[in-house]
Amino acid sequence: MFRWLSAPLACIVVAGNAASAEQVRIDLIERQVTPPPILSNLIAPPPDLGVAGARVALSDIATTGRFLGHEYRLNETIVAPDDDFLAAARAALADGARLLVVKAPPADLLALADLPDAAGAVIFNTAAPDDSLRGDDCRANVLHTTPSLSMRADALSQFALKKQWTDLAMVHGPNPEDAAFADAIRASLTKFGIGLKGEADWKFDADMRRVASAEVPLFTQDLPEHDMLIVADERGDFGRYIAYNTWQARPLAGSEGIMPRGWSPVVENWGAAQLQGRFRDAAHRDMLVQDFGAWAAVAAIGEAVTRAGTADPGALRDYILSDQFRLAGFLGTPLSFRGWDGQMRQPIPLVTERAVVNVAPLEGFLHQRSELDTLGTDLPTTTCTKFGVAR
Amino acid sequence: MTPRRCLLALSTSLTLALTLAGPALADEIWVTNELDDTISVIDVDTLAVTATYPTGQRPRGVTFSRDISRLYICASDSNAVQVMDPETGEILHDLPSGADPEQFVISPDDRLLYIANEDDAITTVVDTESRKVVAQIDVGIEPEGMGISPDGKIQITTSETTNMAHWIDTETQQIIANTLVDSRPRHAEFSPDGKELWVSAEVGGTVSIFDVATQAELAKISFALPNIRPEKLQPVGMRFSPDGARVFVALGPADHIAVVDVATRAVTDYILVGRRVWHLAFSPDNTKLFTTNGVSGDVTVIDVASLTPVKTIKVGRFPWGASARPTD
Repeated sequence: MFRWLSAPLACIVVAGNAASAEQVRIDLIERQVTPPPILSNLIAPPPDLGVAGARVALSDIATTGRFLGHEYRLNETIVAPDDDFLAAARAALADGARLLVVKAPPADLLALADLPDAAGAVIFNTAAPDDSLRGDDCRANVLHTTPSLSMRADALSQFALKKQWTDLAMVHGPNPEDAAFADAIRASLTKFGIGLKGEADWKFDADMRRVASAEVPLFTQDLPEHDMLIVADERGDFGRYIAYNTWQARPLAGSEGIMPRGWSPVVENWGAAQLQGRFRDAAHRDMLVQDFGAWAAVAAIGEAVTRAGTADPGALRDYILSDQFRLAGFLGTPLSFRGWDGQMRQPIPLVTERAVVNVAPLEGFLHQRSELDTLGTDLPTTTCTKFGVAR
Repeated sequence: MTPRRCLLALSTSLTLALTLAGPALADEIWVTNELDDTISVIDVDTLAVTATYPTGQRPRGVTFSRDISRLYICASDSNAVQVMDPETGEILHDLPSGADPEQFVISPDDRLLYIANEDDAITTVVDTESRKVVAQIDVGIEPEGMGISPDGKIQITTSETTNMAHWIDTETQQIIANTLVDSRPRHAEFSPDGKELWVSAEVGGTVSIFDVATQAELAKISFALPNIRPEKLQPVGMRFSPDGARVFVALGPADHIAVVDVATRAVTDYILVGRRVWHLAFSPDNTKLFTTNGVSGDVTVIDVASLTPVKTIKVGRFPWGASARPTD
């Protein structure tokens, strides 16, 4: 279909450079946030979380670009917690940035997307999982390369159904992220017809490194009989102290135990071991879900430029949202994007700290279009109206 | 491979060789078991496993020398190509292979091995006689599929992440052309007459056919099976029938082999095999086709005349590559 070596590359439209290699400019914009305090002293998020994934993807696509005459450039704009995010974003757009890979909280992401200069840009949300960004607050110029909370929740529901562990209980933390994940879990359990037998609110402010063994059995004692206990603790605050301290001997799921994740260092099949190896060589640490979100965004840009033969943002967006687009994402099934809300379709690995237990969509969950659409918000139920796709 | 591990492997293989090995009494298919670090030997007549030999770590690509006197094994995680004596199952020595060798192809004159170094984006050329690296050629990321033209003049390396077939002139060891294929190319095969190059793309779900003389794309083949999602139809290993009339394509997690008519480019048959089928080998008399089924850990035997599966043979964990050894 494409005859690259014989075809002239005249269709590439990148402003400025008329040298032999066509320049494709990608901008990574990160809003740094001060990490919230958590109970354990052990874990600190790596400073290059996300950015490192974009860098690996850039070197992945640069080789194809080198052979085809596309030169990719990654500009990194990192905005400190106290600095003005929108001013930095405005400056990047004024400088010509139109392919944006963004790691920012929802409010900053939307403010950026609504800037006049961003109207013709393609923005990849690589880190915010909120379903509202794919629903009522969706934007035509924002695509999402990190799974929504409902995709992760549906992955867990499919697992519970497959195991026939359908009597569930849930404990959730006090933070907005915990409430959002708990909401997604409740909605998903309803969708799949699974009962939630009881819930408990984590309110303790004791130092759990010392007293978990005393507090957690009492905390979980009143929960009704259940097969599996869901923990909604998205910051990784108290959840780690629940395991082996519960009143009943039950497996954990959600933010602890078996975790539905967009990516994990334990994913190794489908060539993933090679990506994990490249990432470790480059970043000297494991590849986490935010790294994968940024990797997928830059890889998607590269795939679209290669196949569509253009760097025009509008044409790239059209190609990425088309049926032709297939991204090799090391998860066993090609990745693509939903035409109704811009969410990347992806399998969701269900992982422990040490292994992939299963991968959703699980076998037997069928769909008329793509089994990946059994995860998250499907076309008939979307509340996003910005993509012009008829229900 | 450390010297200690090498010795261990050597002594184990000697023990096994004493009990199991001997000159081939019948044609054989040799299969690498990726997660067992072994090779299974299948008797083509009895369809039974007659020997299992230890190898280096994570054996994948496997091929006999053209004179069948040696077996070459890509021991990916040992970062070595191992040379095995097929009479005894003994590892004779390692060849310098570069890091993480996955697949390779031997030159028609039986002397040079072209090796894909998956982690290093390099094709390494090794002289099997002097055991020296002759050349290292920069290719795309995650090189895997390796083909060589029947006249030995063009070597093809496909790169999984760069999505290209790299055309290497074997006289200069330089890339002379790069052709874009669909996503995640896995395997490259020349037609027996050397006129066509076929490249499978696992994620793209297609096989691209190129004219070797001009490197122009002649056709692209897609696959379709009722009740199997298009994204599960992932072409990987391929083999031409010896008469060049048909190509057998392994479809990975679709658990089928597709049969493609070369003249019309039409897919004429789909044959159900085991789970996650990787690669294929014909029996030396060309009446049977053996497929390695990674997830089910077995080999399916297909009767080539009727295109029906006739037997499933249990081998080791995650069988990957396959190569045929004729009796003589």
